[in-house]
This record gives sequence, structure tokens and C-alpha cells, in this order.
Amino acid sequence: MASDQKLDPIKNAKVLMVGAGGIGCELLKTLALSGFTDIHIIDMDTIEVSNLNRQFLFRQSHVGQSKAKVARDAVLRFRPHINITPYHANVKDPEFNVDFFKQFNVVLNGLDNLDARRHVNRLCLAADVPLVESGTTGFLGQVTVHIKGQTECYECQPKPAPKTYPVCTITNTPSKFVHCIVWAKDLLFAKLFGDKNQDNDLNVRSSDSANSSESAKDVFERRKDEDIEQYGPRIYDHVFGYNIEVALGNEETWKSRNRPKPIYSRDILPDKLFHQNGNLNKDGETDDTSSVSAMPCLGLKNPQDIWSLVENSRVFLESLKLFFTKRAKDVGNLIFDKDDQLAVEFVTAAANIRASSFGIPMHSLFEAKGIAGNIVHAVATTNAIIAGLIVIEAIKVLRNERNKLRMTYCLEHPSRKMILMPVEPFEPNKSCYVCSETPLSLEINTSRSKLRDFVEKIVKNKLGMNFPLIMHGSALLYEVGDDLEEDMVANYAANLEKVLAELPSPVTGGTMLTVEDLQQEFTCSINIKHREEFDEEKEPDGMVLSGWIQARTTENGERSAVTNGESTSKSSNTAVLEEESDDIEIISTEVSVIPSGTKRKLAEISVNNSVNSPSAGDLVSKKSLEHGDGNNSVVMIDGEELEGSKKKRLH
Amino acid sequence: MDSEELTEQETALYDRQIRVWGVDAQRRLSKSHILVSGMKGTVVEFCKNIVLAGVGSLTLIDDTPVNKEAVSANFLIPLDENEFGGKSLAQACRDALKEFNPMVGVSVEKGDLSSFEGDFFDKFSAVVVSGCSLATKKLINEKCRKRLKQIAFYTVDCKNSCGEIFVDLQSYTYTQKKLDETIECQLQYSSFEEAVSVPWKALPRKVSKLYFALRVLEKFEEVEGRKPGDVSIEDLPSALKLKKEICDGQSFNEVNVPDSLLERLLQGNKEHPPVCAIIGGILGQEVIKAISGKGDPLKNFFFFDAVDGKGVIEDISAPNSGA
Repeated sequence: MASDQKLDPIKNAKVLMVGAGGIGCELLKTLALSGFTDIHIIDMDTIEVSNLNRQFLFRQSHVGQSKAKVARDAVLRFRPHINITPYHANVKDPEFNVDFFKQFNVVLNGLDNLDARRHVNRLCLAADVPLVESGTTGFLGQVTVHIKGQTECYECQPKPAPKTYPVCTITNTPSKFVHCIVWAKDLLFAKLFGDKNQDNDLNVRSSDSANSSESAKDVFERRKDEDIEQYGPRIYDHVFGYNIEVALGNEETWKSRNRPKPIYSRDILPDKLFHQNGNLNKDGETDDTSSVSAMPCLGLKNPQDIWSLVENSRVFLESLKLFFTKRAKDVGNLIFDKDDQLAVEFVTAAANIRASSFGIPMHSLFEAKGIAGNIVHAVATTNAIIAGLIVIEAIKVLRNERNKLRMTYCLEHPSRKMILMPVEPFEPNKSCYVCSETPLSLEINTSRSKLRDFVEKIVKNKLGMNFPLIMHGSALLYEVGDDLEEDMVANYAANLEKVLAELPSPVTGGTMLTVEDLQQEFTCSINIKHREEFDEEKEPDGMVLSGWIQARTTENGERSAVTNGESTSKSSNTAVLEEESDDIEIISTEVSVIPSGTKRKLAEISVNNSVNSPSAGDLVSKKSLEHGDGNNSVVMIDGEELEGSKKKRLH
Repeated sequence: MDSEELTEQETALYDRQIRVWGVDAQRRLSKSHILVSGMKGTVVEFCKNIVLAGVGSLTLIDDTPVNKEAVSANFLIPLDENEFGGKSLAQACRDALKEFNPMVGVSVEKGDLSSFEGDFFDKFSAVVVSGCSLATKKLINEKCRKRLKQIAFYTVDCKNSCGEIFVDLQSYTYTQKKLDETIECQLQYSSFEEAVSVPWKALPRKVSKLYFALRVLEKFEEVEGRKPGDVSIEDLPSALKLKKEICDGQSFNEVNVPDSLLERLLQGNKEHPPVCAIIGGILGQEVIKAISGKGDPLKNFFFFDAVDGKGVIEDISAPNSGA
């Protein structure tokens, strides 16, 4: 009897799950078994083969279908009489507004990226609905509970910044394999196969070094009637030979570094190999462009093998050729995608040749793909454990057992004998700009930066706003929405191109701006401070937001430009390594927060953890590479990209 | 050589986890054979995890006919009474598990676990038993230990919101990566019988109270001649009496075995699904570690209690074990 009564709050609860992936599948199953009867799931993703090793509700035959819908059907087989409502949609869509969130008793996140997590956090705060947040990577995981006014919100602690690298390291002085990957992916691949109109540092650097910028710009362009058998080697020789020779000319650079070795195709591949390369193209008849691959034609099978320089060179030339012959229609608008086999082959080969030139150890395609795609390690067991912990917390929330709430870490190595370690939730951070309305301050050159820069780099990237509205006092400077009058739209468009100080209501040092997101029902104030100069390498945005952001980090004494919030997708001064993160994000923050010892209840743990848990340390360093978001997951930084990537995935 | 390599299909399917434990570990997993007995919620969770991970084969033992109660914490069996069709739990679970990963062979063995001869166990790399008596745990553990081949032995049980795992890897050697070095480590395990025979007074002061409470219940079932798990809150007075006898016999302070904990364990005979997921997840990881030789395996008990939320490892070994 008593237990029946206790079950009631579960039976009567209406819960929202965001994400039906690694954690989501486990969570939905455990919720259904635990007696939940009204579950709503939002997930915009479709099922992929690499999901099947852990997202156990999905089968091979489901590949390409909506995760939310297939997950629902699978669970209804063993719990036919409960209500599961799937939404194959992006949680950032306007239909999921504060009123939508208000109908739920608790929201459970099984998300894979920072941006969506922040968005859900704000909606939960605005709707005053408790949020149980989670993340896993490999054997590590954690669950936290966020209740407005009682515990910290998801954004009370700074989140780790995406790792970015100074452009000169990427273009001139790589010292690690990851630098070569970033170069191959963000510069060379983008240059050869991507949008020609985008800024690309290969342009800048080659025009710097060449005699005339005119000719340098055309180097990467395939000339009219240029045979592909000539074009490939020409590109090869330019980037691995000529450019290295030019760089070697700058003696200053190499005083304290090993000098790279220029590599020319003719030295690596004798003539007859070239021929072979061209003739071995056996499976050229396929119509399915996604299956185009250079490896089989070259007799390379095992993605775990590390190719020789000769093999890398052949893969480079072959994959480049295949892009122009088999996938000509894609060339000019390709974006690196870790699931694009040919793109991964090209990037692996290019990165390895460059690595070889700079005396950096080469890597297998498997490893290179992991780095380039920022693939997060994932196993079923951790997701299952974390899902169990989420349900335990959700039940406490529903039973209103607020003093029993815990945040729990799942560790790889025991700390004080524990591998599941509960700690008391933290109190809200009084200076959190999200849940406590503390004003932020922004240093910016008000007579040079345009409103557009402010909107893109601060409001969207840093503050994670979806539908922003910007006000100076009572004057509206900018607004996004479907129902705006035409003249207003024109007005805002004009404002975007104006520098701050020349706006109708001028924004200068001392101005207080109010920025609001109507969907998230979230407002914050920003104190503007005028500043004349910014360091291009360290402050590539040309503006510095403070009040909540973490300190800059340095790595190996190198100056590294670290951005806060998400990757600055098109910053011309830094190359950002983006990631596909599977269910993770939050863990890195928290694990890296522990050793800092600033948190009272974690003080004791922190010591043990940093000593006994090399994995936590590994994680921090590994995670520092991983941020932003990849092709696989929900959120890109700005709305347009989001739309684009979504549409692509749906067809 | 080629057969040593993972197939393209395996590489694609296991991509994310190979990034966690490497190709060698994946290869070893795919050559392993696991036996489980007692298809309740926790074991079902465990089976899901190792089938997804890609073990070579999994053999299930549980002749209990499928009924409504048996599937309460079981997501493998469609909840359609017409479909039960007189199948045993093991048979019904096999059908669903096969679908999870076509590369894993899942089969059923009929019969009483304790009646299998020693050489039956030679087929397996790991044996997991659940929901069986104290005597059966000891017996199967001993049978595994007597084989020439090393067979990892586990017991797992969930009661209400609590769970326990016991591990016996006998004499276990594995490599540990510390920074750039690889160190060879060796662990000596006690058998279940040796472990539970360690005088309670000899144990460190802070050992999880669950350990004692679960031993009392185990003993209670034995002396009362009950089937495993066939106890209820009605048994509380006699269980408390037995607890006192045991504690007195061992000159052990009764406070370490709180009445309230025993009461809680007797109260809920149903498994708590989130706890099954947690215990089944930890056990899955442990078996994967033991087979792949990667990572520190737990030694030798694990306890989880949803009430305090702690997942604790305790080493309860005979001082002279394996010497």
C-alpha cells in the first residue's frame, strides 16, 4: 500500500527527455520499467551505424530513421500501455517555448552539446521546471540536478572553452599531429573542396609569401583544361614542397625549432606508380557517391594501419582525383564530415604527409578520423549507469525530496573506495549571468566593431541566444522574429552594418545594453567598455566579454588563443577544432573543477581524484581539444547553419 | 593474419568503443564466452551490455516459465501474454538479445545450474550467477576454480534499492598504463567461501553495512530452507534474531548491521529498475575489463545503495588467499 502511494508521483508525472541517443535509449527504457507513463522525447537526429553498439533500441534496419520515433516504438513493445510522444525536431525550434516546458514535472537531458544544454537550461529556469542534466565519456559520467533558486543552474559554472590554435602554429610551425589535422581539415580541405568565398588562411599565407598575390590566389584553382593527373601533383608540390621551402626562408622561425623537410611528389612516387595510381581505379562505376573511397583501389584495407609516406601520398592524390571525378558536383560546397569516407581519407593523408615533413609521428586513418571528427569515446555501460542515476534523481524531484538530491560522478578509478560518488548539489552562483541577472561587461572597440560582430560573436556565440533582441534604453537596435514589419527588418539589417558608435542610438563606453531572448525568456545586461586595441592572436574576436568567463589557458608555453563558449566558426585568426560530442560536455568542466579545490564539499575528493584518477587528468587534456559540435549532432552556432545541416540530414 | 583483424563491419559497429579500449581488447572480447544464470532485471541489463560490446557468445540459464511478474524489470520480453507461449525466461531473453547484435551467438542451456559437471564450465571465460543460494554460489565458484583454465566468476544480486557484486578472478594478471609506462600487475582473489568466512571483526571498520546485512539474509534463507529471494517483511523478527546470533557468535557489534537496513531489504522484493541498470552496468564493465585485460578490475565486492547513492568497492579477502 505504502509503496503504491509512493509510486503515484511517478505514474502521474509528465516528463520531457531531450535526446534519444546514448543516454537517451537507456533512459527511456529505465523510465518505462520504473513506472513512468507519460514521456515526451525530442531528438532531431537520425540513426547511424556507429550508434548501434550502445543505442540498443536501434537496429541496422533503422539506420536513417528518427531516433525519437524508433526509440518510442521499441519501448512500447515491452511497455505497450504507456504514452510516449516523440518529436523528430530540434529542441531549439520555436515550438518548444516556455509554455511547452511548463507542462512537464521534470526535464531530463541526454544531450551531446553545450549549446542545446544551455538552451534547455534557460527554458527550464524560465518555466521553473527542475532539470536533471547528464553526460558521459568513456567510463566517466555524471548526473546533476538543477532547480531554480535551490541549486546552481547548468551555467553557474564556466564551461570549458573549445580548444583553438594560433594560426601561425597551424600554418607555419605545427608540433603535434592535431595541428596537422586542423591544417588538413580546416585549411587545405576547405580550400580545395569548400566554399571559395570563405576566408581561408592558406590564402593569406601563400599570398604573403608569393611574389604576386594575384597568382598565389589562383594556385589552388584547377586551371581550365588542366588534367587531374597534373592538378593533384601540382597541389601536392605546392603545399608540401614549395610552401615549406618558402617557410624555411624565414630563418628566425627555425632558430629554436626543427626545420621541416619539403616533400615533392616526384621524389616519393616514381613515374610508374603515378600510372598505377591512375589505372587501379576499379570501382569507379558506382553511382553512390557516399561510398567513393580511395583505399580499396590502393589495396589498403585496415583503417588501423599507419600508412607509409608513399601510401599517404597515393591516398592524397587518389582521393583528390576522386573528388574531382566522382563527386564533382560536391566540390565547392563541401564541409568536412567525419562520416564522409573520402574526406577522411584525404585529411588523413594530407595530415600525415605534413606530419612527416615536420618530423611528427604519423597516425592511422582510424585515429585521424577520431581527431578530425572529434569523436568522443562512448560505451553502453556508462550510459546505462548514468541513466539509472538520472531516474533515481528524477524520482526524488517528483517526490519532493529536495534535501536528498545529489549530483553523482561515475569514475573510472575509485576515490575513497567509491566509483559512484554522490555529492550535495551546489547553491546557485550569485554572479551567474543566467540565473542571477548579474550584468556582464564587454570590452570592444565601439568605433570599429559593427553591430553584426556583436550579434554574431557575443549574443549568438557566447551568450547562446537563439532569437535575440537588443535594446539600448528604450531604443530597439536589433530583433529577430518571423512577424516583423518589412521596414523594421530593413532597419535592423541596416543597423547590423553600422559600427556601434554610429547606431541611431549610439553605443559607446559606459552604455548599458539589454539583450533578451524571447524564446528562452532570458535577459541580460551588458556594460560596454570602449577599448582601442586588441591582440590578434589572443583576442581574435576583437572583443572581450567578462563577468562569468574563465581564465585563459596556456599549453606547453605556447600562446594559445582560447575562446569561451562555442567555436568561433569563421574566425579568420584561429582555427577551431570542432567536435562531435556524444553525450558529453559537462563532465569535463566538472572533473576539471574538482582539483581546483575551490568547492568546499569536494575538497577532500579533489586530492584523491587527482592522484588516483589519471583518467580524470587525461580527460581534461583530451577534452580541452573537444568542443563546439560536429556534423552529427544537433547544434551549429548560428541559426542558418543549423537549418542547413538539419535539412541535409532529413533527406 | 586476416582472421586476427576485425572485419569492416565490426570496425564500423564498434567504432566508438574501440576508441575507449582499443582493437586488441575488442578482439579478445569477440573470442570470449559468457555464461549467466538467473534472468532477472540486473542480469538482463548485464546481458544487454555485453552483447552490445560484442562478446563471442552468451549462454543463458533460467528455466523459470515466463510470467507477468518475471518481466516486471525485464525489457527483453514483449509484454504480450499471448507471446509468452510457455517459453522459459532464458528462451524469451535469447530471442531479444540475438537482435541486439547479430555478431554475438546467444544460446540457452536447460537444467539446474548446480547440476552441471565441472567440464561444462570449461567452455566459458566468465560465469555470472544471480538469484541462487549460498550453497550454489560456493559450489559453482569452486567448480570454476578447479578447472585448469581461468574462469572469471561473479555473483550479482539486487534487493530493493540495493545491489551487490562479488568478483573472483583467482590469480589475475593484467597490464596497467601509467603515463607512458606499462606495468604488469597481479591480483590474488579469494573464493566466495573464503571471503565470507573472514571473521567480521577482522574487517576494516568502515566496510559497507550492506555486506553484513546481505550475509545475514543469505544465511537466513539457508537455515530456513527458503528458495533464493523467497523472504518478506514478515520474516523480519526471525531475521533480526539470526542477526543477533551471528553477531554474538563473532563478538561483533550489532550496530554495524542496522535493523532498518534489514527491514528495507526484506521490504521490497521487487527489483528497482534504475538500480538494475546501475549494477548491470558496473558488472558489464567489470566483465569487459577482466576479459580484455584492460583497466583495474574491482576486488572483490561492489555495493550500491540508491538511498545514499554511493557505489563502493570493498576488498574482503582471506589473508592467506592464493598464497
